[in-house]
Amino acid sequence: MTEMRFGKALGQALEDAMAADDSVMVFGEDVAAAGGPFGVTRGLLEKFGPVRVRDTPISEATLVSAAVGAAMSGLRPVVEIMFMDFITLGMDGLVNQAAKARFMFGAQSSVPMVLRTPHGGGLSAGPQHSQCLEAWFAHVPGLKVVCPATAADAYGLLRAAINDPDPVIFVENKSIYARKEQVPDVLEIVPIGQARTAREGRDATIVAYGAMVQTSLEAANTLSEDGIETEVIDLRSIQPWDEKAVLDSLSRTHRLVIVHEAVEAFGVGAEIAARMADIGFDELDAPIVRVGAPFMPVPFAKPMEDRYRPDSNRIVDAVRRVLA
Amino acid sequence: MMLLVRRVEERLSSLFSDGEVPGFIHLSIGQEAVAAGVGSALEQKDTVASTHRGHGHALAKGIELDSFFMEIMGRDTGMCRGRGGSMHVADMSVGMLGANGIVGAGIPLAVGSALAHQTRGNGAVAVAFFGDGALAEGVLHESFNLAALWKLPVLFVCENNGWSEFSPTSRQFVANVRDLAGAFGIESEQVDGNDGEAVALAAAAHVEAARAGGPRVLECITRRVRGHYEGDPQKYRDDGDADPQSDPLARSIARLRAAKVSDTDIQSIETDLMSEIDAALSAARAAPPADFRAARADVYSPGSAA
Ligand SMILES: Cc1ncc(C[n+]2csc(CCOP(=O)(O)OP(=O)(O)O)c2C)c(N)n1
Ligand SMILES: [Mg+2]
Repeated sequence: MTEMRFGKALGQALEDAMAADDSVMVFGEDVAAAGGPFGVTRGLLEKFGPVRVRDTPISEATLVSAAVGAAMSGLRPVVEIMFMDFITLGMDGLVNQAAKARFMFGAQSSVPMVLRTPHGGGLSAGPQHSQCLEAWFAHVPGLKVVCPATAADAYGLLRAAINDPDPVIFVENKSIYARKEQVPDVLEIVPIGQARTAREGRDATIVAYGAMVQTSLEAANTLSEDGIETEVIDLRSIQPWDEKAVLDSLSRTHRLVIVHEAVEAFGVGAEIAARMADIGFDELDAPIVRVGAPFMPVPFAKPMEDRYRPDSNRIVDAVRRVLA
Repeated sequence: MMLLVRRVEERLSSLFSDGEVPGFIHLSIGQEAVAAGVGSALEQKDTVASTHRGHGHALAKGIELDSFFMEIMGRDTGMCRGRGGSMHVADMSVGMLGANGIVGAGIPLAVGSALAHQTRGNGAVAVAFFGDGALAEGVLHESFNLAALWKLPVLFVCENNGWSEFSPTSRQFVANVRDLAGAFGIESEQVDGNDGEAVALAAAAHVEAARAGGPRVLECITRRVRGHYEGDPQKYRDDGDADPQSDPLARSIARLRAAKVSDTDIQSIETDLMSEIDAALSAARAAPPADFRAARADVYSPGSAA
């Protein structure tokens, strides 16, 4: 095992993917000379040169669509959108072009592009630099959405996303870029669509993704002190999501809590809950409970933001509710 | 080529009135010289991103007539297996990256395609066709900048027919495409878009310049003879009837005659085309309907987890 930061694992994945395949290129605002707003792409320009690693103007709509056009013409572009909030400007490229191309052209082409973007609060970055908008994309047939929780998965899922023939939105929680973790000496590719059991437990299941996996593990430790053993499923991929892994866990614990940092209403949790209420109805011993952000923009002031973001106390309360 | 596009679209128009073609169709009758002229300057490896009015661009890029009719008539054997229709005709094997239902959307796609050509060093050029209505779209401005900044091998072709749906573009856009190109340091030219030869010559020069590195803009002044879409009552229209003298097809035929091509030769080209169209149409009528299950299975690539 070695120690590695979450952000460094992403950079390593980009480097290894670029070394393995000449058609992989990286572009985005300040990703080349400056090494990326969060340092993820540091060193790539020096290693691979200015043709394959490019700083771009601030033109998100064109960057996203150019990635689509490039992917349809033989490249595997990895485009970075500096904050997930700015993806609003690139919606046409994602929703009307990338997501549809394979289907709409009768499977003549695929769009092997990756869009990397950071979401999430915790930095007091305010309403336009903190949002978690992944549910928007999970709702669009043709897009894939992944969100790693660990450094090893950050590496493995990003390699898988770059290899994938379809467009992948790769969501990184910005509050954990600098977190150090133990990772295996040899990092492996992690297939898209397979959840991971982050903790085993018999009494209740928590499903989470991204930074909320760690928060859920903290909640599980607290509950364990009272003899409540919670299983934590790290979804890893949001679209497609591992329905079977969630159902299997629910079939053992019979209780389900779904956690995400995104706004609770109409979110990823709503889809999982609806699906489990359908195919897992016979397994359920309690209502499914969601833990997400309240229905309001992300506030700036630290105490407000802390209250806004789901924390382990709220998760503990939710698990106690489904066990009551 | 112009004749082919004209006759194909005339046929589509009657098929549409007869209810054999569903949905919306936007015809380029009167604008064929742009597609034919630019198409004549392109090689197979070059790529084209087009618009909602893209039949001519697609045909001029070398798509196959049978699968074109099959697509527009919603058949399984259509070029896009009946999933796209008129607004999405595409054939990757000839570099036709698709017509597009979103105004302006083809422009950054072509820029991305040009980025791929440049990065791969394959000597290909990408062409973005767009109407004058797209001049007001932000992506055009972004794309001019990015293409100029990175010296991408892309030709931007503005097909200026003066109309943006039901409004004259003069009521929507205060600048013009050549001044805009100039602001980004992109060389541009305006040609009579109803003169096939002029378009072909200009396109050839600009395509080669773009191939050597750096974007170019070609503005083609033309006329939308039909409505915005088939069935458009055009109550808003006040620009008079089309001048038969300026019809691009008539002009080309006159030029052929002047070059001493005999009427019998011209007639035999027409006859051949008509029988090709008839054959394509019969094949399309006989073709199986689009397959829902196959469509459902093609949202993601095979073997993918979704
Ligand atoms: C983003 C977007 N906005 C609006 C429309 C509706 N629309 C379709 S064609 C058109 C006018 C386009 O004019 P122009 O680009 O000049 O093309 P033309 O129809 O003249 O060939 C409009 C407004 C659309 N398809 N996409
Ligand atoms: Mg127009």
